[in-house]
Amino acid sequence: MNDSILALNNVSQYFGSVIALQHINMQINLGEIHCLLGDNGAGKSTLIKTLAGVHCPSKGEFLYQGKSLELNSPKDALDLGIATVYQDLALVPLMSVTRNFFLGREITKGKGIFKSFDVDKANQIAIDGLQEMGIKVRDPEQSIETMSGGEKQCLAIARAIYFGAKVLILDEPTAALGVKQSAKVLKVIAKAKARGLAVVLVTHNVHHAYPIADRFTLLNRGKSLGTFLKEEVSREQVLEMMAGGQELAELQAELAEFLHEDKQQTSTLGGC
Amino acid sequence: MSTTEINKTLKIAAESDERIREISKIKSLLNRPDFGAMSGVVLVFVFFSMIANDSGMFAADGILNWTTVSAQLGILAIGACLLMIAGEFDLSMGSMIGFAGMVIAIPAIYWQWPVWASILLAFSMAMSLGALIGYIVVKTKLPSFIVSLAFLFILRGLTIALSIFFTNKTIISGVDDAAQNDWLAPLFGGEVATSFFNWLGSIGFIETFNDGSPLVSGIPMVIVWCLVLAVFCNWLLFCTPFGNWIFAAGGDAKAAKNVGVPVDKVKILLFMLTAFCATLYASCQVLEFGSAAADRGLLKEFEAIIAVVIGGTLLTGGYGSVIGALCGALIFGVVQMGIFFTNISSDWFRVFLGIMLLAAVLFNNYIRNRITRA
Repeated sequence: MNDSILALNNVSQYFGSVIALQHINMQINLGEIHCLLGDNGAGKSTLIKTLAGVHCPSKGEFLYQGKSLELNSPKDALDLGIATVYQDLALVPLMSVTRNFFLGREITKGKGIFKSFDVDKANQIAIDGLQEMGIKVRDPEQSIETMSGGEKQCLAIARAIYFGAKVLILDEPTAALGVKQSAKVLKVIAKAKARGLAVVLVTHNVHHAYPIADRFTLLNRGKSLGTFLKEEVSREQVLEMMAGGQELAELQAELAEFLHEDKQQTSTLGGC
Repeated sequence: MSTTEINKTLKIAAESDERIREISKIKSLLNRPDFGAMSGVVLVFVFFSMIANDSGMFAADGILNWTTVSAQLGILAIGACLLMIAGEFDLSMGSMIGFAGMVIAIPAIYWQWPVWASILLAFSMAMSLGALIGYIVVKTKLPSFIVSLAFLFILRGLTIALSIFFTNKTIISGVDDAAQNDWLAPLFGGEVATSFFNWLGSIGFIETFNDGSPLVSGIPMVIVWCLVLAVFCNWLLFCTPFGNWIFAAGGDAKAAKNVGVPVDKVKILLFMLTAFCATLYASCQVLEFGSAAADRGLLKEFEAIIAVVIGGTLLTGGYGSVIGALCGALIFGVVQMGIFFTNISSDWFRVFLGIMLLAAVLFNNYIRNRITRA
């Protein structure tokens, strides 16, 4: 495909004797939301760290715009426009919204030794950038802790977009959020896609991922179960593959048993 | 609640689209880190102007007395403040004062170095040591409390041992004679606005000696340095990218690293700043009074930290202000000298200091909770 930006070619990752990832093939396209699904311990975190330049693959190729290259640090990845938003969001609680937005990439005015942080312009950009993502900032000079969890997530995403990310890797962006806040974050992710960014969405919540994702890659115990287009699979199929199917069937059987016991108990107690 | 009332609240909610609450001016003032220290300064002045007004504390020489004490501590507090905001301590500042003083005095007196050269040597040695302390802290990830405590002893011991080795003395005087006609020395030991004070004396505004020269001959350079340093560091902290990094390094170093802030570099530079401040203190002291001693600066590191904490900087880092640290130093100087002028036993000064410190920490925690929950 022409608009492929990142690809992993037969990538394996070992930590000592542990096989964290084995023979992973993956292609990430611009303007697409690529959802990485897997249960705990499936290797999702290792995979995104490989994409983000934290780990260098033990085996296999890392392709950027069709060219094979090696990322040695997260900074290398960032320079290529691969931005990762981790679960801790990399926000400093005691600092203001604006100062967090521009942290590490402050815009300046003046020259030479009089170069200073342009607070007014930064405030305006932070407000506009968040507004575009559908978040109203009450006071950009206020501490970031006055924002809700969803708003903070959106700020971290908006920040990555503003600073020119082409690939956005999101680690469990809706993990700790309520229904409304999750919806807000998902909307922001959809907006990023509309802007032509490639989004890698890591989650184990199929219900959040299915509505907005274009492509799914399923991981299980370090191996890829394959990549599927949304048209090819239903929500239930994805869920089944993710949990290994069997476990869910067993769970259902067990639940049925509980229900059965419950009924028996109530009938012996005489409908109390 | 009746339906009309509910409708009314809904209507109000609809009209004010943003979820913003009017915050009174006083409350937003309370959110400033240095508010506590500023009100402390006012309180202390009111108190001593009532009980010490006729003791000469607020005459020209009295004022100069406590501003000098405050400015000396202020220089140390400003450095300690930036470092504490970045989440680290430097307990070696006091020992560094003794060390730097000796590095100025020994080459100048015993090795016939020009004074400017020994001053430059002191600054470069102290700042290299500061960089070394910072490097050890960031590389070993040990608490800076421990690393700088080790250097508190190392530097003090080294200062005494080396000065006995080279000179067989621990107090060296005569630096003022050696510094005459030196081009750099007046920058630390000199005075400014002397002609202005002469004029004030001649019109009888301030008291004079019998020969007509004013009791206060000028403003010592230590006060000028303190103000220059305060203006520069305040600008650095609030108006530059580097200042943003200082806050981030102390607020959440991991998050800061993840967005590309060179946290280690920031911390090492700030350890060099505290060493610079200690050397500045030492240079002003040695060149103004003409002597250096190996035991100078004892306990100054704690006084600096107390001033910084009274000034509203959080012990845990990530929040604070230079103006606050300056206010803390001013409170310190005024109370110390005020107790001296009013003939209260100076033991009470320590009691006051301890209570002040405890109250400041409690108040700071309260402010932090207010800000993050606001």
